[in-house]
Amino acid sequence: MTTQYNRPLSRRFITSLLAAAVMGAGAQAVAQEDDPIKVGILHSLSGTMAISESTLKDTVEMLIEQQNEAGGLLGRQLEAVVVDPASNWPLFAERARELLAQEEVDVIFGNWTSVSRKAVLPVVEELNGLLFYPVQYEGEESSENVFYTGAAPNQQAIPAVDYLINEVGIERFALVGTDYVYPRTTNRILEAYLKDEHGVAEEDIMVNYTPFGHSDWQNIVSEIRRFGEEGKPTAVVSTINGDANVPFYRELANQGIDAADIPVIAFSVGEQELSGIDTGPLVGHLAAWNYFMSVDTDENYDFIDAWIDWSGDEEAVTNDPMEAHYIGFNMWAEAVRKAGTTDVDAIKDAIIGVTVPNLSGGYAAMMPNHHITKPVLIGEVQDNGQFDIVWQTPSTVAGDAWSDYLPGSRDLIADWRKPLACGNFNVVNGTCGGSTAAEEAEAALAE
Amino acid sequence: MRRFLCLGLLCCLLLGLVPLAAAQPEPRSSNTDTGHALLETLDADSYRDKGEAITALLQSDDERAREWLQALLDGRLQRTDDGRFVVVLDNSGRNWPVEDALTGEALGEMSRRDLDRIGINNALRNQLRSAIAVVDLYSPNVERRRSSADRLLGEVDEELFDTLTPLIEEAEDDYVRRRLAQAVAIYQTENGEMAGVEALSGSLHPRARVALNRAANGDDPVVADAARAALASVEQKLKINRGVETLYFGLSLGSVLVLAAIGLAITFGVMGVINMAHGELMMLGAYTTWMMQQLLPGQPGLALVLSIPAGFLVAALAGIAIERSVIQFLKGRPLETLLATFGISLILQQLVRTVISPLNRTVITPEWMSGSLVINDALSLTLNRMFVLGFALLVFVGLMLIMRRTRLGLEVRAVTQNRAMARSMGIRATRVDILTFALGSGVAGLAGVALSQLTNVGPNLGQNYIIDSFMVVVFGGVGNLWGTLVAGLSLGVINQILEPWAGAVLAKIIVLVFIILFIQKRPRGLFPQKGRAAEG
Repeated sequence: MTTQYNRPLSRRFITSLLAAAVMGAGAQAVAQEDDPIKVGILHSLSGTMAISESTLKDTVEMLIEQQNEAGGLLGRQLEAVVVDPASNWPLFAERARELLAQEEVDVIFGNWTSVSRKAVLPVVEELNGLLFYPVQYEGEESSENVFYTGAAPNQQAIPAVDYLINEVGIERFALVGTDYVYPRTTNRILEAYLKDEHGVAEEDIMVNYTPFGHSDWQNIVSEIRRFGEEGKPTAVVSTINGDANVPFYRELANQGIDAADIPVIAFSVGEQELSGIDTGPLVGHLAAWNYFMSVDTDENYDFIDAWIDWSGDEEAVTNDPMEAHYIGFNMWAEAVRKAGTTDVDAIKDAIIGVTVPNLSGGYAAMMPNHHITKPVLIGEVQDNGQFDIVWQTPSTVAGDAWSDYLPGSRDLIADWRKPLACGNFNVVNGTCGGSTAAEEAEAALAE
Repeated sequence: MRRFLCLGLLCCLLLGLVPLAAAQPEPRSSNTDTGHALLETLDADSYRDKGEAITALLQSDDERAREWLQALLDGRLQRTDDGRFVVVLDNSGRNWPVEDALTGEALGEMSRRDLDRIGINNALRNQLRSAIAVVDLYSPNVERRRSSADRLLGEVDEELFDTLTPLIEEAEDDYVRRRLAQAVAIYQTENGEMAGVEALSGSLHPRARVALNRAANGDDPVVADAARAALASVEQKLKINRGVETLYFGLSLGSVLVLAAIGLAITFGVMGVINMAHGELMMLGAYTTWMMQQLLPGQPGLALVLSIPAGFLVAALAGIAIERSVIQFLKGRPLETLLATFGISLILQQLVRTVISPLNRTVITPEWMSGSLVINDALSLTLNRMFVLGFALLVFVGLMLIMRRTRLGLEVRAVTQNRAMARSMGIRATRVDILTFALGSGVAGLAGVALSQLTNVGPNLGQNYIIDSFMVVVFGGVGNLWGTLVAGLSLGVINQILEPWAGAVLAKIIVLVFIILFIQKRPRGLFPQKGRAAEG
């Protein structure tokens, strides 16, 4: 083909080209009938994040297998395309490009950390892909091509502190987190929320950040202990990520702080994190999620049994991001059925409003801002590594892409339905592309 | 549903009692029925009702009350679909062995689908613990009485106050008496009573200080002043405590650094091999501990002790393999060694991920290593870290002895100082190389065994320590074991002193900057090699 560029274009050449194009399109249409639907899985299988992400890869593979046993989708089988971005953020972008451009997958399920999602974002937007992101995150984002099936801050952090204040009677808060974007944004939102909505004084909030994988918690825990000795009921709100949790809880137990003195409510500690730790001393500490393995519904027990059978591990646990993938996968499948095609633009239109059962006995609906509705559950750690659900929101909560408690972000909404079709619409000045507002929010964060 | 059950219960009572009572001389069944009624109230919808039910259960004097309360506290008191109350004996698998809560009769295994747990929350858990503590105050076991008295500090309410006040005089044990008096005083202080504030003066206990702080913000100015005075009187003591605590934290962090670095001090410091896979050798030691605990279920302590030689051996063998397969071919080419060993570290990490699991493994801390050594009410030193500190010093002494007092140590020093000369004196340099590297690697394995008690046992364990290890060795002076010890401990203490006011992230940066500046001034570290070896 390349040699032909030098010649003047003859009419015959153009017609033959056209014919080829028509034939190609025909061949593609035929291929679509028989070829499997490709589902891309973009989760780290090596490197630091493998601990969390590898089970999500398995979850999607299990869901695909179940769907195939049920006859596939649109009469076609589903095929998993697994790539390993190896916990390397730039590699996430490359692998996403590989999935969309070379493998031509119809949808991607993937990512865990916010920074990896931010790396993938421009690629899925450029190549018009679909990405289902299953992990709770800091919000302040809504992309046309991304569906956020994990919790936004108003579906996890805000109800959690409401619970602490209203049900436990907490008046002092230690916000402890790992030093990166999710904890910083969440704590920023929480600080604003506690001060503005609950009138918590500045000196009753302590904020502390530690590096990734921090393992020496002696000083911080003793600081928390002293912070809690000043007369008011105190709680720790923890956005500590991943591996650093185990030494943190160990140190709490060793210094004799139990949940009765200073409860810790965590946003990143689930069943999986607890399975790598002796939970005896942690009993009573809290976690806020939208799903717990201990949820007492038949849907959940079916899911757990399927998961145990599939993984072949009698001790295998389920957790919140797995449920998010379960919901996201079913939503996508439902949208494919509704649209009658796997075409990305058709799915984007069809999926808004799609409602599928979640595992806690209710339903999840896809909102126009590409976030979903979720119940918020508060669980207390049991000595068998499970959570006992002690409180839950009376109904589901819709995810809010732009927080109402941050200046700049407050005026933004996301609505991907036509004709608005905008991820950051400023309701005050009525313009889309509130990028200035987003920048303001970031500037506020950087303060 | 509940009303129906109650009605049914009543019917059972009326219909069943007569013949049963006639058949059995002892009216055991009526006892069971009141027990059932009590448990029925525990299965209430609101946590408030459950709280009242617990109080009622305590007052009922039912002999199984303590057992039920304990089962409720552990989440093992459950209900079957047909309304029977059972105690789950082991809730770890998918099917649980259960026994009837009322009769104690074993009912075999039941699926968790057929059981409903009677849930509790933190407030109830507190109430239960206090309730059990009150029951245990009458226990014949003095240890139990003491720990329940500890438990009751800060948990006293109006009702308990009335129960406990007469008990203070009656208590036989001195410790129990003091604790109960304190517990009552805390309650009084929280209510703004002068008597309580006076009794708590000089107390270092956190609960006492919480109460005093509350009283200090109270309405009565006289009591508030007294509370403030009581708080101020212990301020000096607390400051000293805090200083001791920080020092201990620093030494303990330092001991971890020393353990991680000391193996490297041998391979890098003495042999001059930059081994980036040093962290992964530590990881192997930690995984050995896990493996030993898997092999000896139920005996975590014994497994841990046995892991010390096992971890050393595994890591040493891995070290020999690395030395023979890669490092010996790269002698004198530090850059290539660095890259090759970095590759080995990645291979080892991924090997563990693929063969064992990418997930962290649970290593159990034996009973005798958990908790803390209580010095006074405000100061307690965590036991696991104390063990690690002691272990680090032991390893250090052991290594010093090997290097100074054994033939191997002599040969190692000879080979590193002048290889050609040592060889011409009949020392087999290759063998010394292997043994030295094995020793350094084995010590890394020991560090891994110790770290398994402090941090996660997972594929990333080594990565988190490799930079710190190099930092300590370079700061201490390459080739000097004393330097490593002093550098590790002092970096630990500096870090912990900085952390409270600079934050963990900044403290780490400050320490790094400090080391960079220090190395600029003294490139050979704290304890530079002297004499001819230095030019080596």
